[in-house]
Amino acid sequence: MTDIPATDDAVLRVTDLRTHFPVRSRGVFPKTIGQVKAVDGVSLSVAPGETLGLVGESGCGKSTTGRTVLRLIAPTSGTIELDGTDITRMSAKQLVPLRRKAQMIFQDPYNALNPRHTVGTIIGAPFEVQSVSPPGGVRAAVQDLMARVGLNPEHYNRYPSEFSGGQRQRIGIARAVALRPKIIVCDEPVSALDVSIQAQIMNLLKDLQDDFGVAYLFVAHDLSVVRQISHRVAVMYLGHIVELAPRDSLYSKPLHPYTHALLSAVPLPDPRAQANREQIRLSGDLPSPINPPSGCVFHTRCFRAEDRCKAEVPELRELLPGHTVACHFPMFDLEVGTVIRGPQGEVSELDAPEVRPPSEVIADVVESGGLARATGVDYVTGPDATPPD
Amino acid sequence: MTSASAPFLSVQDLSVTFPTEDGRVQAVDGVSFSVERGKTLAVVGESGSGKSVTAQAIMGLLDRRLSSVTGHAWLEGRDLVAMDDDEVRRERGSRMAMIFQDPMSSLHPFYRIGAQLSEAVLVHQKVSKQAAREQALEMLNRVGIPDPRTRIDNYPHQLSGGMRQRVMIAMALINSPALLIADEPTTALDVTVQAQILELIGNLQQEYDTAVIMITHDLGIVADIADDVAVMYGGRIVESGSVDDIFYRPQMPYTLGLLASVPRLDQVRAERLDPIPGNPPSPISLPPGCVFQPRCAYSDRVADHACEGVRPELVDIGGGHAVRCHLDGGQRLAIATDVLDALAGSGA
Repeated sequence: MTDIPATDDAVLRVTDLRTHFPVRSRGVFPKTIGQVKAVDGVSLSVAPGETLGLVGESGCGKSTTGRTVLRLIAPTSGTIELDGTDITRMSAKQLVPLRRKAQMIFQDPYNALNPRHTVGTIIGAPFEVQSVSPPGGVRAAVQDLMARVGLNPEHYNRYPSEFSGGQRQRIGIARAVALRPKIIVCDEPVSALDVSIQAQIMNLLKDLQDDFGVAYLFVAHDLSVVRQISHRVAVMYLGHIVELAPRDSLYSKPLHPYTHALLSAVPLPDPRAQANREQIRLSGDLPSPINPPSGCVFHTRCFRAEDRCKAEVPELRELLPGHTVACHFPMFDLEVGTVIRGPQGEVSELDAPEVRPPSEVIADVVESGGLARATGVDYVTGPDATPPD
Repeated sequence: MTSASAPFLSVQDLSVTFPTEDGRVQAVDGVSFSVERGKTLAVVGESGSGKSVTAQAIMGLLDRRLSSVTGHAWLEGRDLVAMDDDEVRRERGSRMAMIFQDPMSSLHPFYRIGAQLSEAVLVHQKVSKQAAREQALEMLNRVGIPDPRTRIDNYPHQLSGGMRQRVMIAMALINSPALLIADEPTTALDVTVQAQILELIGNLQQEYDTAVIMITHDLGIVADIADDVAVMYGGRIVESGSVDDIFYRPQMPYTLGLLASVPRLDQVRAERLDPIPGNPPSPISLPPGCVFQPRCAYSDRVADHACEGVRPELVDIGGGHAVRCHLDGGQRLAIATDVLDALAGSGA
């Protein structure tokens, strides 16, 4: 895999990480008959105070990546460096002091908290496990944390069942930031929450980042949430990172056909913009990670795939500043009227994106009382369609 | 089919209460709406808003011993609420059908999907087993199951999540119902599969001229497929109208709060979102006045603390757009303009 542009002081650096799970035959003497390649050659880095979003559909390996970098799952190969220390092969005992630097927030705020422990015990556990005595005592520190994440410190002795889903997520967050870690892996932290609560939690994560300079590896399937919170975004498909870019670059100039399809599949909360959107429908399901397709893993569902894609694995290449993509035919050249072939040979055509002068857009906004938006599809039809090799 | 005057489905003053150990839970409180054939009504709300219970009450899926349902749900002039269980069961699966978030709630794990689809036909139509199987095959084909001749003999566990969702949709639509209620049908699915399923529902709706009630929390889905929208909160409809009313001319502070809470794919909002503070109310102890008052930033603009004590009614403000709020029209407009301008500004 190619080098990922990274600052030298990356708080987390992962190089060519692979996490494979053996598939065993049944019977008295089970034999390994295959490997589920959940993570297959992932390289990424997270700078201090940065949020790297990791998106993809279920089964793409994003959660396994998140857990492997914390060594909650053993990696098969590759290296994981946490704050300059190689933790890939460390024993559980050696890892204990490093857990102060890296923490995790889970999706399900109901299962992530011990129902028999009080909130005070739960949030205070990191101090106890790491034998840290905060100035002023654990109780004061915990109550500080509770206030910081928006919980009532007087609820110190309550049990998780007495809190709502959003409040439980706040408890999990308080526990994760207790020891001021350098990085927190957030695994779908807001996907189980209602819309209004989701926004509250995202704001909280952002505030904590501003206050403590903590970095996040933000694993999520919701592309809108990821756009809101991330500085850079990596898109995963079948165990591979297919595109990694600064946030705005990824959302405005997606280069990988899969990223395109993913973005176009998300309905916008804006009826007029939604009605005018170009949508790319992927057909079929995710292939099995036991027998991933040859060449580019996406070629079986790709509307731009050619023979080369079946044979050659595309490398991640930097085609725009900081914007890397693993594709033989990145979507630089997608012009109006381009014929798109589906995997079964279906043909559809890209219609002309509606590009309107700003004055017209503003007039429309005024007329409709506020919320109409420009709906031009931002395809790059640049002259430089030949990528550097 | 329908007469020119009466709507195809008309729900009037529907209320559902559950007696529990902690007291009477008012899950749905005086909900009224109507849907025409070929149209889609989206019912939006957060957990506990009563949107799913409303659907279950219409479908006759609530246990009458454990709940009390009042009001009316007129389906082509016949009241579903007044029917006895057997009558509703005959309607369900033939003239109306429902799909759920979890396809395994509708599929039996021990039977082949072909048998389950055929059974749906045999219960409601007088046809031979062979003809029922043919119908099942055709329906599987229509919902986009690849290689239906093989798949028809699969068990549910042999199918992927998206395929099971398709099978459930096939089962719901196999008797071409005139009314389809979809309760968060794509929440458990990936976006690319969600797009396929929504398109499928839309195509089948056109083909059969089906009235669709889409229950969802996702404003993107609402914008994508709805003709009309009802926003529910604390068991009540707090705002309803056309999809344009709700997205471009919203007036109820809760609707505005929802729009402001949603992160956007197509624009970077301000670094911080502007969420509604606090939590949704518990249906066991709803506020006596406006259900949204404890979280509303504007209730102090209403005289005499009316929001805290007096229950606002759903008032039509013109063109079928109705709002349940004590603020007067001028105040609501000023607030809405502020919020929408802020949103448009942060997206620029």
